[in-house]
Amino acid sequence: MSGLRSAVITFPGSNCDRDMADALEKISGTAPHRVWHGDAALPDRLDFIALPGGFSYGDYLRSGAMAARSPIMRAVIEAASRGVPVLGVCNGFQVLTESGLLPGALLRNAGMNFVCRDVKLTVANSQSLFTSGYTQGQQITVPVAHHDGNYFADDATLDRLEGEGRIAFRYAESVNGSARDIAGVLNDAGNVLGMMPHPERMIEPEQGGSDGRALFESAIKGLVGA
Amino acid sequence: MKVRVFVSLKNGVLDPQGRAIHHAIEGLGIHGVKDVRAGKMLELEVDDTVTDDQLDTMARQLLANMVIENYRIERVAA
Repeated sequence: MSGLRSAVITFPGSNCDRDMADALEKISGTAPHRVWHGDAALPDRLDFIALPGGFSYGDYLRSGAMAARSPIMRAVIEAASRGVPVLGVCNGFQVLTESGLLPGALLRNAGMNFVCRDVKLTVANSQSLFTSGYTQGQQITVPVAHHDGNYFADDATLDRLEGEGRIAFRYAESVNGSARDIAGVLNDAGNVLGMMPHPERMIEPEQGGSDGRALFESAIKGLVGA
Repeated sequence: MKVRVFVSLKNGVLDPQGRAIHHAIEGLGIHGVKDVRAGKMLELEVDDTVTDDQLDTMARQLLANMVIENYRIERVAA
């Protein structure tokens, strides 16, 4: 595949932006645009936007809260509303909930500890833009590294997410106390995915596994040249 | 003028931090504390021209996350 027009947004304190850019380049064959949080506009005709992990703005106020109000996020929200696929990983997921692109919030881990290890996930919806390369119920291994990954939403919202197939991934083991073991959530249109685990850290055997690769392959399939 | 914004977790939102603090209080040998909820207080120095509506907007759109938190605004007399 080639010609993917993607962008990785870097906030002050992002630290997985390079891994994300590397994964996108290795899988699509084209290096993504690197976009700074203070930029007012995104490159034209983007096929894919990634919000990376890290500690944007030092997690001041709440994880992701400051980044969600940074200039570039207005452009990301606008692009998401036009249907451009947006993936937020870890801190990127926190930015997506803080910006209102995804429902719920990410609280401090129930065990209070920073959790940094490989975890098993179950693919809860294999029909989405981001998960079509997996099979329903497939178990995959992807690392997490977070302090605030405890997904919270009220029961009515959780019921709606489950009913609409908007839970992309669940933890298959105890990790952080997330409501209904939710590890990744889709927006109602299905073009925005937020997840705490890091698929960009599992794209080739040298990284200990490649279970994250199918996520990117699913998401960019059919996008190139569109 | 000084304004204080108190941000607290909504009822029903688990507060592991408050729970850990609770355990630490018990470690001091002081009994009778039934629950601890941790929140935050932000102190703003504002011009008199800043309206209640503007303070409310700040709290709602940034200082508190309305999914999980409540807020209360207090103007402090000089």
